[in-house]
Amino acid sequence: MDKPVRPGLDARQLAENFSDIHPPLGDFQAKAAAAECLYCYDAPCTRACPTAIDIPTFIHKISTGNPVGAARTILAENILGGTCARACPTEVLCEEACVRNKAEGEPVEIGRLQRYAVDHLIDRPTDHHPFSRNLATGKKVAVIGAGPAGLACAHRLAMLGHEVDIYEAMPKPGGLNEYGLAAYKMTNDFAQREVEFVLGIGNIDIHYGVSLGDSMPLSALRKSHDAVFIGIGLSGSNDLNLNETTLNGVEDALSFIERLRQSPDEVAATIPDRVLVIGGGNTAIDAAVQARKLGASDVTLCYRRGRDEMSATRWEQDLALKNDVKMVLWASPDEILGNHQVEAVVFERTSLGSDGQLISTGERFDIPADLVLTAIGQKLNSTALGDLDVAKGKITISETYETSIAGIFAGGDCTSTGQDLTVQAVQDGKRAAHAIDAYLKG
Amino acid sequence: MADLGCTIAGIESINPFWLASAPPTDKKYNVERAFQAGWGGVVWKTLGADPPVINVTSRYGAHHDATRGLIGINNIELISDRPLKTNLDEIRATRKEWPDRVIIGSMMAPVEKEAWQSLAVQIAEAGVHGLELNLGCPHGMCERGMGSAIGQVPEMVEQTTAWVKEVVNIPVFTKLTPNITNILWSAEAAAQGKADAVALINTVNSIISVDLDTMAPEPTVDGRGTHGGYCGAAVKPIALNMIAEIARAPETQSLDISGIGGITNWRDAAEFISLGANAVQVCTAAMLFGFRIVDDMIDGLSGWMDTQGYRQVADFTGAAVKNVVDWNDLNMNYDLKARIDPEKCIECGRCFIACEDTSHQAITITEQTDGHRRFDVVDEECVGCNLCYHVCPVPGCIEMEAVDTDRPYMTWPEHPLNPVKDAG
Repeated sequence: MDKPVRPGLDARQLAENFSDIHPPLGDFQAKAAAAECLYCYDAPCTRACPTAIDIPTFIHKISTGNPVGAARTILAENILGGTCARACPTEVLCEEACVRNKAEGEPVEIGRLQRYAVDHLIDRPTDHHPFSRNLATGKKVAVIGAGPAGLACAHRLAMLGHEVDIYEAMPKPGGLNEYGLAAYKMTNDFAQREVEFVLGIGNIDIHYGVSLGDSMPLSALRKSHDAVFIGIGLSGSNDLNLNETTLNGVEDALSFIERLRQSPDEVAATIPDRVLVIGGGNTAIDAAVQARKLGASDVTLCYRRGRDEMSATRWEQDLALKNDVKMVLWASPDEILGNHQVEAVVFERTSLGSDGQLISTGERFDIPADLVLTAIGQKLNSTALGDLDVAKGKITISETYETSIAGIFAGGDCTSTGQDLTVQAVQDGKRAAHAIDAYLKG
Repeated sequence: MADLGCTIAGIESINPFWLASAPPTDKKYNVERAFQAGWGGVVWKTLGADPPVINVTSRYGAHHDATRGLIGINNIELISDRPLKTNLDEIRATRKEWPDRVIIGSMMAPVEKEAWQSLAVQIAEAGVHGLELNLGCPHGMCERGMGSAIGQVPEMVEQTTAWVKEVVNIPVFTKLTPNITNILWSAEAAAQGKADAVALINTVNSIISVDLDTMAPEPTVDGRGTHGGYCGAAVKPIALNMIAEIARAPETQSLDISGIGGITNWRDAAEFISLGANAVQVCTAAMLFGFRIVDDMIDGLSGWMDTQGYRQVADFTGAAVKNVVDWNDLNMNYDLKARIDPEKCIECGRCFIACEDTSHQAITITEQTDGHRRFDVVDEECVGCNLCYHVCPVPGCIEMEAVDTDRPYMTWPEHPLNPVKDAG
């Protein structure tokens, strides 16, 4: 055994734990999977895809031995098709809509086929970028945030002939693709390789370590550029509104994932055995499963309602159970116990009242934990948005993605266009780019 | 259980499944394995006069579908490349060891009476049940004046058949090439030459593919290729038509027919037999999967015969021939409309796009309130062409329904809109 990262876990085992959860398809597997596709017309899968990728066409191209053409079909609608192939909850999008479900009870493996095609193009460094820039317009657009919405917007703006400056608060681009998705979905530094591919269009500059605020107010960006796109996501985390901030060992699940994405060895060495995750979304699952894979022996996920009410998909829930995550349902956190360091969380047993409202049964119990991860949703950090209209925690936009200030546009998780998913953010960025183009052409 | 025994050209066989003259029947070893698997007979790989031919490599090209299934293969292999005596000794031994199985000797020679007759006599003396005259190979041997070079000239078909019939008293099968303009000319010539049966089809002349890297046809021999004989499932429709033509033409309908061409399973065999084949020969399917495929052919065919009430193969031999007619004999007043079952529909849209782009714009899509789509046929536009029925991936989802037109059977020659009606 190699030198252990933590007792009972060596580097090889750790790497294996974080290997690709959906290993890539080989050529033969891809052909076989592609042969399952019926080449539907006006296909339900395409209609279910927020970016409306022409799925039957790209799968047909795989079946004829034209994977680069397949990749181009995907990327024409979704420039981050590589991440979406890995991270999309396909089980509730394209694959749920696949007509093969009705015919045979199993969908075509659309996500894995998409990955096969896009990887084929991205992994071939000699290939030039598959899209080209229109004649230069002389216009310059500022994009705030190098996450999925910002990258998709920037790429499409560059295609349309505009120059783009991206301003990114973090030291690396990619947003949640780099910092927020589970590591086993984004192996082999894919987020960075994908950004490099996106930038291959040219005329996009990324400025790192800068965020909206006193040193770079929105008003100044609006003056220095012909238009602005805001794709800042939801950088704040909701609080439990208990005493969590005063205790060590209570952490926002996203910051935990961010830490482990950047240095998994370090997190594996320090993660305690007893981990408690609070929340019912995909982030909660990502945190709980990864805690197990990092070597925590006793991981519990608590949610105040039942499995049917979780926003995590059934596939994600099953993944947690497969990884021996204990699920405690109908339990609402009431109090965090500990003295400087967290020791346990007290829960109240909940149930549904006659009117469908969640009610407490009065029964209390506690679950001991050395690390508590909260994953109860993200919120907009609106402090640097100035006079921009914000409603219900999201930036208000028109049908053309324009905010309350002319020339400033927004999309992705910081707006309420659809579900908070990478694929939705890409669609927002793409459509906003066309809206900005129309705005710039007056 | 139905009796699969059958008789062709007076030869009795335990079942109608024979292996065709080709690599699978090249020697005793293969033929014994075939008999062990259950084949009723074999046509030994074509024999010629010594010295034996010399073959090239490679020899086979492939026509794949999207999933590497083989639609067809073609070959440029010649006739048996072993000495005649070796083959005849093995035929003798196999006949002795497998008395209940049929062995037919296939042969070819240049257009010389002595060559045909001496070879025919030598093979007959080895104890074969019959002879098959290979007048069909469309590659290699034809360049030496044999195979399809003979089969494409009706006079030579008649002549070679007559030469062989003169010197042997066993049944003679004349094997025909499909690489002609009208199969009846060759079949009539075989009948004139007193053939006991015709065997068809031989392979279809073809270039199966081009290697786009080397820019050479496949199979490639040291950077170059040649046309070869195409066979397998893809040629079945060509074979069925030619067999039906022979079975229904007055001049040829008395010939027994050994049906060949893309037979892959019992259902294919039943179709050939229904169009007039007295027995069938198989090659490509065995080359793709081995001799074991005969197991399904045997119990598939007898199972189907049981459900149909056929007690022996002769009960349905040629049963479909009467329904093969000229276009001019079809009923112009017959009318079909497609019916799409919304319960079975999986909403793939294939029927819609096929009809919309390439047919008669007779299918509509209606968005439903629950997000589903409903596909309906517009009767006024539907010409009953069957295209949607064929492209639909769900069996039974689209049915073609006969419209009760209340009009009599009327052929085109009788049709009031036929401008040459009266002239006819």
